[in-house]
Amino acid sequence: MVLEELWTVKELFVYPNEYIYWAIQIVMYPFMTGLVAGAFVLSSLYHLFGIKPLKEIARFALVFSFALLMVAPLPLLLHLAHPERSLYVVFTPHFTSAIAAFGVVLFVYASVVASELWFLFRKHLVEVSLKLKGKTNKSMAEKIKYGVHTILTLGALDVSEASLKLDAKAIRILAGAGVPIACFLHGYAGFIFGSVKANALWMTPLMPVIFIMSAIVSGVALCLLIYIIIMEMKKFIAPRKSATAASNTLKEIKGVEMNAMQTTVKYLIFFMIFSISLELLDLVFRSYTAVKSWDILRNVIYGKDFINIFLLQYALGNLAPFILLLLPGLTVRRAVPALLLVLFGVFMMRWNVVIGGQSFSLTFSGYMDYQLPIIPRSLETFKEGLGGALLIAVLPFILFWIINKIFPVLETKGTD
Amino acid sequence: MHVLRPLYVVLALAAIILIAKSFWIPNDFGTHEQGYTYGWYRQSNIEEWKNFTVKYRGREFCGICHAGQAQKLASAQHKDIECENCHGPALSHPADPLKLVLDRSRELCLRCHTRLFYPTSQRSQIKGVSPDQHNFGLECALCHKPHEASRPVRRNR
Amino acid sequence: MVLVKGLDGIFRPPDVQAWTSPLRFVFLVDTYKCIGCGFCVKACKLENEIPFTADVSRTWVERYVVTSEGEVFADTPKEARNGFITGQIDPGRGKFKDIPQEKIKKAFFVPKLCNQCAKPSCVQVCPVGATYQNADGVVLVDRKWCIGCGYCIMACPYGMRFFHPVHHVADKCNFCYHRISQGMKPACVQACPTGARQIGNIKDPRDPVGNIVRTQRVAVHKPEYGTDPQVYFIGLSEEVR
Repeated sequence: MVLEELWTVKELFVYPNEYIYWAIQIVMYPFMTGLVAGAFVLSSLYHLFGIKPLKEIARFALVFSFALLMVAPLPLLLHLAHPERSLYVVFTPHFTSAIAAFGVVLFVYASVVASELWFLFRKHLVEVSLKLKGKTNKSMAEKIKYGVHTILTLGALDVSEASLKLDAKAIRILAGAGVPIACFLHGYAGFIFGSVKANALWMTPLMPVIFIMSAIVSGVALCLLIYIIIMEMKKFIAPRKSATAASNTLKEIKGVEMNAMQTTVKYLIFFMIFSISLELLDLVFRSYTAVKSWDILRNVIYGKDFINIFLLQYALGNLAPFILLLLPGLTVRRAVPALLLVLFGVFMMRWNVVIGGQSFSLTFSGYMDYQLPIIPRSLETFKEGLGGALLIAVLPFILFWIINKIFPVLETKGTD
Repeated sequence: MHVLRPLYVVLALAAIILIAKSFWIPNDFGTHEQGYTYGWYRQSNIEEWKNFTVKYRGREFCGICHAGQAQKLASAQHKDIECENCHGPALSHPADPLKLVLDRSRELCLRCHTRLFYPTSQRSQIKGVSPDQHNFGLECALCHKPHEASRPVRRNR
Repeated sequence: MVLVKGLDGIFRPPDVQAWTSPLRFVFLVDTYKCIGCGFCVKACKLENEIPFTADVSRTWVERYVVTSEGEVFADTPKEARNGFITGQIDPGRGKFKDIPQEKIKKAFFVPKLCNQCAKPSCVQVCPVGATYQNADGVVLVDRKWCIGCGYCIMACPYGMRFFHPVHHVADKCNFCYHRISQGMKPACVQACPTGARQIGNIKDPRDPVGNIVRTQRVAVHKPEYGTDPQVYFIGLSEEVR
């Protein structure tokens, strides 16, 4: 029994060894790295370009990018047949392979984001550390808190004006350097697919660019969505804290939120237009040039996957949110479903590329159907099934909550 | 210059990875004959593949002990078929296995003897039957002798 | 250091004609001679320890039937491990297609195996150096190093690679390297009763296979992918996928 037989159904003439080898985890991986890249670009819009309304959301986006980054290698570990050998990618990298870039790029990018976070929160770390240092009877939790915060200060305890100015400069440099690295992080994921000449659907030089653009769309959308949710929570909590201060705080929160949201949506629309243009360009080119593979691709795109591509990805995932966001008088109530649809659209794009590319045989005369394992009957059907996908989807939020304990984004003002 | 502290941490991590690498990778891993693109591998793997167990020995090996059978077959119409195709791989026979399990199933013979007239293919030149219409379900060896495949031994069973 | 070497490898790939080894394996498939018995597939599976009833194989045989109306039917029932014992075409999903004899204009069998390409795209994409091309031109997989990412399987234009059901690493035909390195023939070549499969050394001027490749009308499969395959076919008709 071949493992991939569990979720592959072949039709007509397919080579014996062809199965859907790259399943849901390989869909999740570019989705996660896309969110990472997108969140970082959003953060850099403030830290590098100084777009004022984005100040609040920028710091939050950076922390969330880091949480997502920690989760990003997980889909790969769940997919690999030998995850215990995963470090070989770093030990004996074969750089002619796009996947080998993973080790280096991830490490460099993680360094940049971690460093930028450090500079952003150094003042807070020092303040907490010094406050707890003086305390004589520390509880267990406080001992841990003291230990973690002190280690993370890396001994740089000077929080004078001049010192903080250096921090701000470092943040700007890192935000600048980080943008091309973030683009490379997700661009290489697109290159992984775009460079496979054996796959008629994947093979296009546009693939890395399409991936980067839709990555930014997804990252911006997710950060804005979570930001809105947090702001709404704050608004909900504010009246309970103090009745008099409530109305002022409420107005303040509302104001900041609307400003940030409107600016972010502007950039989101821009990247959405870019992203959809590239995808439509690819489709138009293929149908116009009509090379040998076009017959089978047409059957897949306009037949088998019509609902997945045109209804779910283009209509629900692009057109609907586009209309929702562009109609005048944008409210939070309208923005939230629009953002959810955007995220859904980007996820479907990843699905349609990864699974779609394996929906047809190399013979160009056969098809393969992917049936996502819903109920896990074994470790494999959990890892490469709905369970594994949900685990990956939920983990960044849990990690974000943990990281927020050390790098609080919701209350403290940072160095920016 | 406290701004460089994160950089030191990163460099330290990189150093740890490089040190771990030198312990973990075998010495013979590197760029070999075909260059980096096609020849980046662990040299000792070649020897490992060369030592992979051979299962099929070939009819010369069978003929060492089973000379009689081999000679009989050499003048028969099945002379081009390897002994092991029907009798299975010799492995370390006669040490292990002591006897080879012969596939007597009907399906073995039908591989060639299902009549398929395919223009341009040599398959058309092989005499055959329509499996559903010729003694359906019976072993071919009941009437035919594979080592002397000229006429059925028993007709009208 | 590695990066420079890597870049050099991409922009100036080694000139394959200038190989110093006196040995370069090539394979010859004669689709006129193949009778579709499937003994090659059986021998390959047993020789190379691929579980017999698993629906993957290092080699297989395809059948093509072309009708008078110009329709092409193709199948490879269970990789032809049990041969072709019925005239019905097997398009999968438990259905079968009956083609009346008088409508068949031409029909033939095409054995397929790893092309051991001179410029293997599968080797190019391996992130860890688990698959490689050795000095004789055979592409091998290091079972102890493969991490199981599956990139090589996606990169092969011929669909030759698969995950080994037991070892859970990438696997593919390697011309039975353990046999040819000691002068034996690959299991499939030995098992073939008609001589439809042959192996030779293209560098040897007296090698019969080399001679056929140099003097007869032969073709390779899917040359447009630029992988420079080393399996040559006699009678590779345009219907062949």
